[in-house]
Amino acid sequence: MHDTAKVIAGIAVFLIVVLSPVWYNTVTGQASYVPQLKLPTDEKYCVETAPYMRTNHIELLELWKKIVVRTGKRIYKATDGKTYTMSLAGTCMKCHSNKADFCDRCHNYTNVQPNCWECHVVPKGVKTEATEHAR
Amino acid sequence: MMNRRDFLKLACFSVVGTPARSVFDRLTGKDIAGPTKEGQPKWAMVVDLKMCASKPGCRDCVDACHSIHNVPAFNNPKDEVKWVWTDSYKNIFPEQSHRFVSVEVQTRPVLILCNHCENPPCVKVCPTRATFRREDGIVMMDYHRCIGCRYCMAACPYGARSFNWKDPRPFIKKIKEDFPTRTKGVVEKCSFCEERLAKGLKPACVEACTTKALTFGDLNEPNSQVRNLLASKPNIRRKAYLGTEPKVFYLE
Ligand code: HEC
Ligand code: HEC
Ligand code: HEC
Repeated sequence: MHDTAKVIAGIAVFLIVVLSPVWYNTVTGQASYVPQLKLPTDEKYCVETAPYMRTNHIELLELWKKIVVRTGKRIYKATDGKTYTMSLAGTCMKCHSNKADFCDRCHNYTNVQPNCWECHVVPKGVKTEATEHAR
Repeated sequence: MMNRRDFLKLACFSVVGTPARSVFDRLTGKDIAGPTKEGQPKWAMVVDLKMCASKPGCRDCVDACHSIHNVPAFNNPKDEVKWVWTDSYKNIFPEQSHRFVSVEVQTRPVLILCNHCENPPCVKVCPTRATFRREDGIVMMDYHRCIGCRYCMAACPYGARSFNWKDPRPFIKKIKEDFPTRTKGVVEKCSFCEERLAKGLKPACVEACTTKALTFGDLNEPNSQVRNLLASKPNIRRKAYLGTEPKVFYLE
């Protein structure tokens, strides 16, 4: 009953195998990978501030959808007082005309698959990924 | 202090009373219709059948509607999706079409679309409230909430709703960017062009009609064109006896 060496060797092998992806990413520099987003060049500001949009664009779009469909109103007054027409394809995509390297790139990284573009039509001239539903 | 007897009485009343209230609201249509606010329009359409028939085979209004709303053309009656279309007088007004009505009248085309009922059965049955009645009387679809159960289709006495059995996109001749398409598995129908009304425009069918057969307007406005037509000419509605209060009127 003196298998200490074998047990320790077993644990070591186990740890090496389990942690190998972490080491691989650290060594190849992929652990610090964040998607490089292509921001609009002709506009400086989003509808709301960038940090707000990063975390809350889902809620904002949900709110727009609710107001337009349920009440028929279409003008959104942003926090800074500017007004926007509440439209996914018409407003967001007018500025973010590089959907592939913006929405799609971040959604692929975070593994999010919005189904919006199954119905909403990506405007002409907007660059999208060539996936089935161009998410 | 409340004694046990009073407590039990109160408990009984609340148990019976709570559902009774919602049943009462349902029966009186309160939760569906809601009050009409002061100054709110109430949209309606008047279709003049004779003027419509004056241009045989005309599809101007149908084409205008279906093209701006990305309505697919499956060319197959089983899959058909339609927002506005025509059928014969004899089929649409069977209770008016006895054998002494002339063949000319019986075969006259009747334009049909969602009636935007004041008392819409489709709204009552929708389990997700994807279909609802707006304050201006428009019976709307929230396509985001539609789960494709088709209760609304079963409830609608006018067959005004269509179901997408297939992905509609390949069957849309030219996809218009301004309006989203629908997907397989959702129900769709006419919306009185609420997206155009919001811009102060008339519905696309009314604008496209060259025979002046279609009049659109506000029933709450005593001097509106629709109110004048309805007051001055005899008119009928589809299956008015059902109590759905359709807001598409026909001049014979
Ligand atoms: C089943 C089809 C369908 C899907 C899926 C869908 N939409 Fe829509 N959406 C529509 C339709 C149709 C309208 C237009 C309603 C009207 O104006 O009558 C609309 C309107 C909207 C509007 C307001 C007006 C506009 O043109 O943008 C917003 C915002 C919106 N949708 C957001 C979204 C978002 C975000 C998603 C994805 C999470 C989504 N929708 C998914 C069909 C869809
Ligand atoms: C007027 C042009 C404009 C419109 C309209 C617009 N955006 Fe933006 N958006 C920008 C710009 C410019 C930035 C970068 C802002 C910054 O870095 O301060 C940005 C940033 C963002 C970000 C944060 C990106 C990041 O991580 O840095 C998100 C998410 C976003 N937008 C989503 C949307 C959505 C969703 C809509 C529609 C509701 C929308 N945008 C409408 C111009 C626009
Ligand atoms: C910085 C990264 C990032 C960018 C850029 C971004 N998104 Fe997102 N988006 C996310 C994340 C993360 C989620 C999931 C959030 C969650 O599930 O809570 C999400 C979710 C969504 C959803 C909801 C999906 C669902 O299934 O409910 C919609 C709609 C959406 N994004 C639209 C857009 C659009 C349109 C753009 C481009 C204009 C965009 N996003 C750009 C990160 C991003």
